[in-house]
Amino acid sequence: MNTSTFNAPVVESPDGFHLGDGHRRVIAWMIYLGFAALAIGIINGLGQALNYARIDILQYFPGMRDYYQGLTVHGVVNAIVFTFAFTNGFLALTTSRALARQLPLAALWVVFGLMVAGFALAGFSIGTGRASVLYTFYSPLQAHWSFYLGLVLLVVSTWVTAGILFVALAGWRRENPGKRIPLMAYISVATYGMWVLASLGIAVSVVGILLPWSLGLVATVDPLLTRTLFWFSGHPIVYFWLLPAYVSWYVMVPRHAGGKLFSDPLTRVVFIMFLLLSIPTGFHHQYTDPGISGGMKAIHAGLTFGVFFPSLVTAFSVMYALEIGGRRRGGSGLVNWFARLDWKNPALVAQLLAMLSFTLGGATGLINASYNLNQAIHNTAWVPGHFHMTVGSAVTMSFFGIAYWLIPYLTRRELVGKGMALLSSWVYFIGVLVMARGLISGGLDGMPRRTLIMEAPYTKEGWELAGLLTGLGGTLMFIGGVLFFAVLAGTVLFGKKTEGEPDIPFTVTHEAPAETGWEVKLDRFRYWIIAAVVLVLIAYGPFFASYLPGAFTSPPYRFF
Amino acid sequence: MNVKKVEMVFLSLCASMLLVFLLALFYSAYGMGMHLPGVEATVDPREVRQTAPFDEPGLREVGEGQYEAVFLGFAWGFQPREITVPAGSEVTFIATATDVIHGFHVEGTRVNFMLIPGQVARQSYTFREPGEHLIICHEFCGAGHHLMYARVIVE
Ligand SMILES: [Cu+2]
Ligand SMILES: [Cu+2]
Repeated sequence: MNTSTFNAPVVESPDGFHLGDGHRRVIAWMIYLGFAALAIGIINGLGQALNYARIDILQYFPGMRDYYQGLTVHGVVNAIVFTFAFTNGFLALTTSRALARQLPLAALWVVFGLMVAGFALAGFSIGTGRASVLYTFYSPLQAHWSFYLGLVLLVVSTWVTAGILFVALAGWRRENPGKRIPLMAYISVATYGMWVLASLGIAVSVVGILLPWSLGLVATVDPLLTRTLFWFSGHPIVYFWLLPAYVSWYVMVPRHAGGKLFSDPLTRVVFIMFLLLSIPTGFHHQYTDPGISGGMKAIHAGLTFGVFFPSLVTAFSVMYALEIGGRRRGGSGLVNWFARLDWKNPALVAQLLAMLSFTLGGATGLINASYNLNQAIHNTAWVPGHFHMTVGSAVTMSFFGIAYWLIPYLTRRELVGKGMALLSSWVYFIGVLVMARGLISGGLDGMPRRTLIMEAPYTKEGWELAGLLTGLGGTLMFIGGVLFFAVLAGTVLFGKKTEGEPDIPFTVTHEAPAETGWEVKLDRFRYWIIAAVVLVLIAYGPFFASYLPGAFTSPPYRFF
Repeated sequence: MNVKKVEMVFLSLCASMLLVFLLALFYSAYGMGMHLPGVEATVDPREVRQTAPFDEPGLREVGEGQYEAVFLGFAWGFQPREITVPAGSEVTFIATATDVIHGFHVEGTRVNFMLIPGQVARQSYTFREPGEHLIICHEFCGAGHHLMYARVIVE
């Protein structure tokens, strides 16, 4: 096969597809909702970062009672509302486009409605000080029932989206028997398949235990059980944040860079590995928990190292695509091609910088996952240092980058303020590195996370510099965010109307999907889901078998 | 350039790296005895203050240079507030929470675990150098979370 001239499409009917105007509108509203949530989250993030620098701006926030209420807002809107809303809209679009099928419009509006209702309920309980329990809501701290109900609605919005995507795929298969699933649809649907399975932990915990408890229907809870169910979903949720960015890195970034994706089958294998390995790893968040055996934790450690592998494969594939692009633009030598990439394209630059910060985020994540080494940093400021380089920048900046083509695509308007968009990415990127440097060094010196450091009666040498860097970096991130929102608002309100029907920027692959052989089996999601369930049973079965029926001995506390 | 071959080399190196890291960790745990907290005992948090050993929190000598330190975490403090041990002592921390989840980190050491109501945590550590260590509650436990700390003094 002459691979250098071969180009396989990643979508059905690559020459064009008409997305209905109603569909454009509802997807646009989902994206707006996500970014509105992020705006609230970033404002609160500034307050959090400045706390470490001993500057109190939260006192000027209307209705804000204390630091922990602000931290709850920051976590819930950024990690749940922003990511869910963006992903529900974005992957609905990629699936619809990849299959060249319209999705049911009414169902998409149901998704939007569920998110608005969930956001409103959770926002009400947090805003009125009834739910300062942070986004992990560990029992027996008890939030108002509306907080839990809001979370349920937000999760259900992802399930409805999953249903829409699964039905669309099934319909496409009926009409295209024997054909390989278009790659862009495959990876989008795999992401939702993983998440539906992963979210069962949180669903059982919230619907089965915490919601009835908050309504007074049951008197006591089991803190270790609800915590374990939380992390059953709480680790794979990071892949639900990350995989939409990977979708973009695999099938859109190569196009922005002028390269192409290397391998279709390898891309599918990567997403299947995430489907299999994302969930049976949750105990790596509970290494320091009493009540879970060291052996079970060791199994989860091994599997966590396993789920690191598809990200290393991704690094290779993405680098390959970028290198082709850079060399086509005249780059030569070992590294010069990287400098030759199109550093004037805001969609590309945001995602290149996202990838750079993700290399550090991944490395620190591997340290977190490192079994007993975790005790050196568990629950110190190191941890937010780590995840601001993953979800707080790799994902967030990728979503910024996607927005730079997606908003013009959805609104049929030209991007306003390209220079400002580029500046936003650089400022945000430098900001996150400075902030992470602060948090990580503070964490190594024992500085705790989730703590009102400003008013703590204890302190240590090294925390002062760490705090200053955290405050400085957080301020830069805030400014980067403001610049992004200026571009977003400018485009939506004042962007010049464009003519014609644009398409979304997808790439081609070097290696096409095979029509025969083992690769075809990759498309049989049913079997992969069964395999994922088996792995979950192996990883969690022994714990639940020995632990259940659990110790429901804790009454509720409202220490806020 | 044969991309397939380069890729195989890259991925083999990645996989070997992960494997070496993992083996080193398991050696440090199972070969050198640096264990994580595991399944110890359960206790009803509503009656924990009447249940031994938590009815008498504090430090006791259990052998030559060996101590047990029984701690309770609650909103918002630890009991005891301070313990003092001679340098070279091996201290076994035995701790739980009376109300909500708290954290227990003896900073500067690998004594770092969660206090979960209903579960007893246990970890040993040898304090070789004289000095002072903060014990910090590092899990959010309510409005006064940042006020919650204690101290280990090594003489
Ligand atoms: Cu995790
Ligand atoms: Cu605390």
